[in-house]
Amino acid sequence: MSDIFEIEDLRLTYSDNNESLRGVSMRIPEHAITVLFGPAGGGKSTLLRVLNRLNDLADVKQVSGRVLFHGQDLLSPTVDVVELRRKVGIVFSRPAPLPLSIYENVCYGLRIMGERRKARLDEAVERGLRQAMLWEEVYDRLDASGFALSGGQQQRLCLARTLALQPEVVLLDEPTSALDPISTARIEEMMQTLKDVYTIVIAPHNVQQAARVADQAAFFLQGELIEWGDRGQIFVRPRDRRTQEYIEGRFG
Amino acid sequence: MTRQTKQTAPQQDRLVTLLIRLSGYSSILLVTLIFIFLMKEGLPALADVGIGELFTDRWYPIEGYFGILPLISGSLIVTLGAMLVSVPLGVGTAIYLSEVAPSSTREVVKPLVEVLAGLPSVVLGFLGIIAAAPLLRRLLDLPTGLTAFAGALLLGLIAIPTIVSIAEDALNTVPAAYRQAALAVGATPWQTIWGVTLPAARSGVLTAVMLGMGRALGETMAVMMVTGNAPTLPHGLDALFMPVRTMTATIASEMGEVATGSAHYQVLFLIGIVLFLFSLVVNVLASSVSFRQRKRAERLLS
Repeated sequence: MSDIFEIEDLRLTYSDNNESLRGVSMRIPEHAITVLFGPAGGGKSTLLRVLNRLNDLADVKQVSGRVLFHGQDLLSPTVDVVELRRKVGIVFSRPAPLPLSIYENVCYGLRIMGERRKARLDEAVERGLRQAMLWEEVYDRLDASGFALSGGQQQRLCLARTLALQPEVVLLDEPTSALDPISTARIEEMMQTLKDVYTIVIAPHNVQQAARVADQAAFFLQGELIEWGDRGQIFVRPRDRRTQEYIEGRFG
Repeated sequence: MTRQTKQTAPQQDRLVTLLIRLSGYSSILLVTLIFIFLMKEGLPALADVGIGELFTDRWYPIEGYFGILPLISGSLIVTLGAMLVSVPLGVGTAIYLSEVAPSSTREVVKPLVEVLAGLPSVVLGFLGIIAAAPLLRRLLDLPTGLTAFAGALLLGLIAIPTIVSIAEDALNTVPAAYRQAALAVGATPWQTIWGVTLPAARSGVLTAVMLGMGRALGETMAVMMVTGNAPTLPHGLDALFMPVRTMTATIASEMGEVATGSAHYQVLFLIGIVLFLFSLVVNVLASSVSFRQRKRAERLLS
């Protein structure tokens, strides 16, 4: 497995002088599920949003270090952010459908790229919805509003919207925190099939989910990357006492 | 203590409810009374002057010609012109403030725009006569600068703060999740504004436009000062650069010199009724649009 992201000494400070990432260095391999876990405020979301530069929207005061994506430094001001976000998609913790129909939600990314051919759009919508395991539930009402779906369906719709662009990487920021156990199970199941095609980076909303889905795991505590490695190493024999204690549920 | 509040609360409640109900009823009563008065004074004109005579193009009340078409068209030209100025500028400013400007700029500019809304229109009218009209006359080589165009510009200025303020609020209430979701699939900031944020705030922005239009339609002082006050029916497109007279300006300038109960007096009230109907239509449109927004907001919550 080669690495798709290489992060070197990444430091990020928000405008309230809160240092959200304190010298994080790690690598994220292709076609695997990398889990970023740890208690809230550890910097997981911040790191995810660095990977597709959504942090540009937040009040970031200072960023330093290097984040290489296929060898190119993402923090460089010359990066084409729009192009990057098409390759590195993200799904948020709360389902965020756009105020459009199901069909238009899924093909939104393609439309703004200028795709007009109906056949291409149809194909992308079906593929996205199938990969997100939502097709069977909505194929007969693609013109209905995205808000007509249940929370779990909306979340899969957002995933379909991301997948329709055929990105290389899918970032998931606590994708199941607002969902019921059944929807959660469906999304976790889906991740296992998706990792053959995509690289997945997920900040799960609890340590159980982290242990269930991870190929690689990284433990974050207050902006520091305590340790990272493959699933067996982190969850079975963690090197750091704090990792051990967090996994056992002694804090967090 | 709990017991005490339990004893006094109902009485206080009843008193407050009564006061609120009274003030509610009194405003309804006042509006009804005004409406009845307007109808009573104005409607006889339909019979005394005659509908056929009213909808002609000559307004010479002293000689008994009561054609109100020039006044209606004057109001429409000036209002539509004002909308052409104020909608692009107002909505554009709202988008800039809500979506583009850094928060430090927004915190300074938004209150300034709202202060502008409080500027007395007579001051703007004065500015129009002294500065804008001569400038327009020279620039456009017109016989006079006091034209519908000057009025439209001025009214546009008056309507802008209303539009900016309300449209900006509407854009601000668009959930941040929409913007993030659009940006996350590679939309440029402009695509996000045009394709997602603005449509999501559509009804609020439309309400802003309608209210701005209501403001422009009802404005009297500024238009009376700069439109030249010539009650002529426009022929062709150059009407925009000719003097016109609006319904509001006619009422304001002639009401003082008519004999109570005369035909002229009745027609002025009839113009008031027409103006009232125009405002009513604009307001009903505005509120039906914002009502639809509320229904959609309820859907979002469920």
